[in-house]
Amino acid sequence: MVSGNSASSSSLSMKSDEDIVNNNNNLRVLVVDDSPMIRKLHDMYLKKFGLKVQVAENGKQAVDLFHFGASFDLILMDKEMPIMDGEEATKELRTMGVTSMIVGVTSLDSPNEKQAFMEAGLDYFFTKPLTTDNISFILQELNKKNNKN
Amino acid sequence: MDRNRLQHQVACMRRSLFDQGYLDEPFIQLEELQDDANPNFVQEIVTLFYTNSARLIQNIEHALNSRPIDFNKLDDHMHQFKGSSSSIGAKKVTNECTVFRDYCSAENAEGCSRSFQQVKQEYAILRRKLEVYLQMVRQAAVSQTA
Repeated sequence: MVSGNSASSSSLSMKSDEDIVNNNNNLRVLVVDDSPMIRKLHDMYLKKFGLKVQVAENGKQAVDLFHFGASFDLILMDKEMPIMDGEEATKELRTMGVTSMIVGVTSLDSPNEKQAFMEAGLDYFFTKPLTTDNISFILQELNKKNNKN
Repeated sequence: MDRNRLQHQVACMRRSLFDQGYLDEPFIQLEELQDDANPNFVQEIVTLFYTNSARLIQNIEHALNSRPIDFNKLDDHMHQFKGSSSSIGAKKVTNECTVFRDYCSAENAEGCSRSFQQVKQEYAILRRKLEVYLQMVRQAAVSQTA
């Protein structure tokens, strides 16, 4: 269980930008957040890294996508959302057998709430706002995970 | 206004927004995301921030005027406002949101009301400054392509 903003990459150079985009062309990401602003922001960040992005407005939409056969390599999950929050959605997805990397992205302050969210089945947790360094770290871990499987 | 002078003005205004603590790092990340394929990205995100903020401010006002005050609901709304403010690097607004949430945790209605006025004030100031700044950025972009 890892949380925080650990990342080892520095600013991306033009050459490494291209390499990273090429490596990530087949990775699919689901951004789950009730804020249109955050969805647009994360969508842009991720597309800069060459990722294919889909968005969902709440946890239930995310769970429904998986029920209908969608699959994603990475899910960026907000915590506080209407209808179904991120913690419940994460638990539901793990119960369904979803093994995608799930990263919590939220502005939670309380350590207890962060702990509960992690224990719902997150792989990592980052506080908002997500940064390019956070995404670099996540993608490095995702590529490691995919290489192991 | 000639092109160089306009660009200089834009740069000075941008620097002052950071030096005076209105904006911080996440705003730079927004600017770095903008490119030729998405030339209005910063403006689009900021516009979404305004829309989101207007809704949340209304929700908070409503919650503050309700009796009894539901401090959990109040905190939820402010939590969302703080989240979106910090996502665009609205530093002073984010700080005032934190102060508000402290009063909320203590269920201090008067403290919440006072600090909410500060939140709204900082938001209004930032919005005015950003509107002027982004208009100058647009003018500078137009003058560059002319």
